[in-house]
Amino acid sequence: MSVKAESVNTSKSKASSSYTKKDFTSDQNIRWCPGCGDYSILAQMQRVMPEICEEMDIPKENIVFVSGIGCSSRFPYYMNNYGFHTIHGRAPTIATGLRVSRPDLQVWIVTGDGDGLSIGGNHLMHCLRRNIDVKILLFNNRIYGLTKGQYSPTSEMGKKTKSSPFGTIEKPINPLSIAIASKASFIARAVDTDATNLRDILLKTARHRGSAFVEILQNCNVFNDKAFSSFTDKTVKEDRLIYLKDKEPITFGKNQEKALAMVTGESGLKEVGIVNTNEADVADILVHDESSPGTALAFLLAQLDEAEYPVPLGVFRNISKPLYGELLDEQITEVTNQKGKGEFFEHLRSGDIWTV
Amino acid sequence: MTQKGNRGSVSPDEKSGDENGIFEIDNVIIRFAGDSGDGIQITGAIFSHDSAVVGHDISTLPDFPAEIRAPAGTLAGVSSFQLNFSSYDVHTPGDRPDVLVALNPAALKVHLKDLKHSGTLILNHDAFDATGLKKAGYELDPRNDGSLTGYQVYDFPITNLTVAAVESSWLSKKQAELSKNMFTLGIISWLYDRSLDALVERIEQLFSKKKPELAEANKLALQAGFNFADTVEVFTGRYRVSKADLPPGDYKRITGNEATALGFLAASELSGRDLFYASYPITPASDILHELSKLRHFGVRTFQAEDEIAAMGMALGAAWGGALGLTGTSGPGVALKSEFIGLAVMTELPVVIASIQRGGPSTGLPTKTEQADLLQAMFGRNGECPVPIVAPSTPGECFEMAIEAFRIAIKYMTPVFFLSDGYLANGSEPWRIPDQDELPDYEHNVCSVPEDYAPYQRDAETLARRWVVPGMPGLEHRIGGLEKEDVTGNVSYDSENHERMVGIRQAKVAGIAKDIPDLVVHGPQKGDLLVLGWGSTRGACRHAIENAQAKGYSVAGAQLRYLNPFPKNLGQVLSNFKYVLVPELNLGQLRLLLRAEYLVDIIGLNKVQGQPLLTSEVEEKIYQILDQNYPRAAQA
Repeated sequence: MSVKAESVNTSKSKASSSYTKKDFTSDQNIRWCPGCGDYSILAQMQRVMPEICEEMDIPKENIVFVSGIGCSSRFPYYMNNYGFHTIHGRAPTIATGLRVSRPDLQVWIVTGDGDGLSIGGNHLMHCLRRNIDVKILLFNNRIYGLTKGQYSPTSEMGKKTKSSPFGTIEKPINPLSIAIASKASFIARAVDTDATNLRDILLKTARHRGSAFVEILQNCNVFNDKAFSSFTDKTVKEDRLIYLKDKEPITFGKNQEKALAMVTGESGLKEVGIVNTNEADVADILVHDESSPGTALAFLLAQLDEAEYPVPLGVFRNISKPLYGELLDEQITEVTNQKGKGEFFEHLRSGDIWTV
Repeated sequence: MTQKGNRGSVSPDEKSGDENGIFEIDNVIIRFAGDSGDGIQITGAIFSHDSAVVGHDISTLPDFPAEIRAPAGTLAGVSSFQLNFSSYDVHTPGDRPDVLVALNPAALKVHLKDLKHSGTLILNHDAFDATGLKKAGYELDPRNDGSLTGYQVYDFPITNLTVAAVESSWLSKKQAELSKNMFTLGIISWLYDRSLDALVERIEQLFSKKKPELAEANKLALQAGFNFADTVEVFTGRYRVSKADLPPGDYKRITGNEATALGFLAASELSGRDLFYASYPITPASDILHELSKLRHFGVRTFQAEDEIAAMGMALGAAWGGALGLTGTSGPGVALKSEFIGLAVMTELPVVIASIQRGGPSTGLPTKTEQADLLQAMFGRNGECPVPIVAPSTPGECFEMAIEAFRIAIKYMTPVFFLSDGYLANGSEPWRIPDQDELPDYEHNVCSVPEDYAPYQRDAETLARRWVVPGMPGLEHRIGGLEKEDVTGNVSYDSENHERMVGIRQAKVAGIAKDIPDLVVHGPQKGDLLVLGWGSTRGACRHAIENAQAKGYSVAGAQLRYLNPFPKNLGQVLSNFKYVLVPELNLGQLRLLLRAEYLVDIIGLNKVQGQPLLTSEVEEKIYQILDQNYPRAAQA
C-alpha cells in the first residue's frame, strides 16, 4: 500500500455484502442517445456489482473505472465508484500506473473500437502482454459515434460513412485477434442486448486475476444501427451464435444439431467447417478448452468470418499467469531481503566519500 | 580574488619549481580525446574521481557521439572528456584546455582549435600513420606542417609502449592496445603529481570482478605510463594543484542525473509516499531510470513504458492512487506527453515531469546540450494550461530542485516541470552530502475531509484541492479531462464557470510565488549590469562576473531556479540595473518571458551549438555592453 498520508474515514465504509444496484448508480444524468446499447451494458454492470463485491469481499471504494474518450468512455461518470475519464486511447496507461502502485484496487477499463484499437492500440497490446491486473471492456460498435459517424478500425470494408462516402478501402481489425496475439490471460465476447450472458461474462471477468479483455458488441442505433443484427436478431441467433462452454463440443442450432469440426477442404488441408452432429465423426468436432496454454483454438474461433460462420460468444481463453504487479512486488521483497530495507541517509553516503 | 593566471601548461619558460621540480598552480583543465572505442569516458571519470578525492574542486564535461559505434578513427567517432580541477571553487569545466590528450589524428583535428595558446599537447605517435591521417581528413601530417607551432607537443608511441608494458598479461595485442588510455593516465598522473594508489584501487573496483585480466593489464599500463613520464626526461617540470577550500563536510562526486534520482528518492522519504517512476528510454534522461531501477529495496517502482505517452499516463495514474508519480524524458518526449500534462492540470493531480533538455528541434542533437525547451515546458499544451517550472543550475543542485519539484506538486496539487539539461545531467562535481536537518520539511498533505466534501473544494491559501484517492470510503467521485464545475468537479460546459476555472488554475500556479525564495543577487544589489541566467549557464556566468568584478566593473549575477512562477522580487531586481543580460543556450526564450512579464528591455547572449556556454563568451559580452555604452533598444 502506498497510501500513507491520508486519514481514511472508515465509518463511511459499507459491508461489501450489503450493496444494491443503487450503490453503484451515480447522480449524473446519462447523456447517451436514447436506445444506445451502452445503457444495457451499464445496467448489467450496476446489477452485477453487488454480487462481485460480496463474492470477492471488496468494498466499492476499492473498485475503479478508467476510460479514454468516446461514447463508451462516459461510462465511469455513471458508476458511483472512483472514476477517471482520461484522454483518447490512453486509459490502459493510467490504469497500469494505478494498479501497479495500488494492489488493493480492482481496476476496470472501459474503451471503444476507436479508443482502444485505433488511437490506443499500442497501449492495449502492451497492457495485455504484461498481464496487468485490469479488466478491459471494449464496446465495439464499429463506428465513431461521439464525432458523429466516421468509420472505425472495426468497420467492415466498403462501409459508407461521413468520412467514407464512397466506401472504406481498408480491412477491419478483429479485436479478439489482437488480444490473443498479445497473449491476454482472459478473453471473452458478449453482446449488449444479451443481459444474462453479459452479466455472466462480467462476473467471470471480475473473478479473473490478470489482464482480462472483453469485446462487447454494442449497437449504435444512431450511426450504425443493426450492425450485428445479422447474427443477433431473435429470428436468426440460434443458428448464427455459438455460446462457448468450456470442455464441451462447440455446437449451435436450436437443438445444438450443428457443430464446428475440422474437415478436409478442397485443397486437401484440414480446415474448420460446419457439420451436423448426427452425421459427423465425434472425434472431428471441436471441443472448447478455455484453459489451453496455446492460443490456436482461441485464434481459430476469433477468426471465423461472420458472413460464413456463426459468431462465438463467451470465454475464448482463461488461463493463469503471473501478474505484472505481483512480479514487481516480489522483486521489491527479494531485493529488500537481500540488501535490507533501504535507509535513505545511509544510501546518500554510499559510494566513494571523502571528508573536507 | 584568487589569482587564476597560471593554468598549468607545461611551459619550459617558467621558473624551476620546488626542490623536486614541482610547481604549485591553482587549476588545470585537461581534455582527453580519442576514438569512442579508446575508453576516453572511463579515463576521464577515473581521473575526475581521483581529483575530487584528493581534495580539488572539479567540474567535468563529457562529450561523445550519438552513434554507439561510429566508424573508428573518423571525426564522427571522436569522444572527449574535459576535467577542470582546482584549488578554488570552480564553476565550469573550463573554456579551453591547458592540456589536450589526442589519442588519434581525428581527436587532434576536432579539438586542437580549443587548446590554449602554448598549451600542452600529448599525442599517440602510433596512431598518426597514413590510414589514421586519411580517416581524419589530414592531407599533410599536422605534426610536420606547422599546425602545432606554439604548443608544447609530446608525441609518444603510446600504443607500442602500452603493448610492451602489458606483455606479461595474457592478452592479445589487440586487447593489450585497449589499455593505452591507462598508459596515458599514468603520464598525466606523473605530470600532476598524483599518487597511483587511489587510481589502482579504482581500476580494481571497476574491472576486477568482471574482467580480472583487464584490471591487471590496466594497472600495468598505468604504472608504465607513470614510470615512462618519470624517466623520459622530456617534461621540464611537474605540477601540483593544491587542495580546494571547500566548505567542510563529507563529499562525493555526483552527476546531475544521479543527483536528480537521489532528490526524487528524498522526496519519497520526506513525503512518506512510494515513488513510482515511469519512463521511456531517451538520451540524456535514461540514467535517471537506471539509477532509480536499482532502488527496489526503497519500495521504488520503476516502469519502462511502451512509449512516452504511456510513461506520462502511468505516472499520473500512480499519482491518482496516492504515490509520487514521476516521469523523465527530454524534449521529444515532452512533446508526446503534452496532452497528458494537460489532463494533470485539469484533474489537479501532483506529478513531476523531469525534462532533460538536449539539442532540438525534432531528434536534433541527442547527446548535446541546449536550453531550448523552456517555452515548451511553459506553453507546450493546448488551452490555458499553466505548469510550474523549476530548474537546477548545477549537477548537485539537481538534488535540491528535485525535492522542490515534488514539494510544490503535492502542496499545490499540480504537475511540475523539473527542467535540467544534458550538460547538468552528465556533468559532475563534488557534492557535499546533506544532513537530515538540512532537508526541507514537506507539509504533509494529510487529507482531513470535511462532511460536505466536494472534489474541487480548495484550500483558501494554496487553492489546492484535496488529494482524495481511490479506496477512501464515502468519497467516491469522478475526475476527467472535461471542464469541471467549480467546487463539485462535475462536468460543466457553462461558459462563466469555464472562465472562472481557467482563472483559478492560473491563480493557483501564480500564487506559488509566495512560497518560493526570493532571487538572490550576487554582487552589488544595484548597478550597471545584471547577468541573469538560468540552468546550466550558471558556472560560465558566475566565473565571468567574478572576472569582470575583479576588473572593477559594476556587475552582479543571479541564476533563476524558478521559471514559473518567477520569484516575487524579480521585477524589483530587474529595475535595479541599467542593463540586464540574459545568456542562454537558445534564441532568447527566457528573455521573451521576462520582456513580456516585466516590460524590461533585456540583452540576450544566445548560443545554440550543442555546447555549454563559455566564461569567455559571457565576459566578452559584459565588456561589450559596459565599455561601449550599449544602446538600450528602447532608446535606440
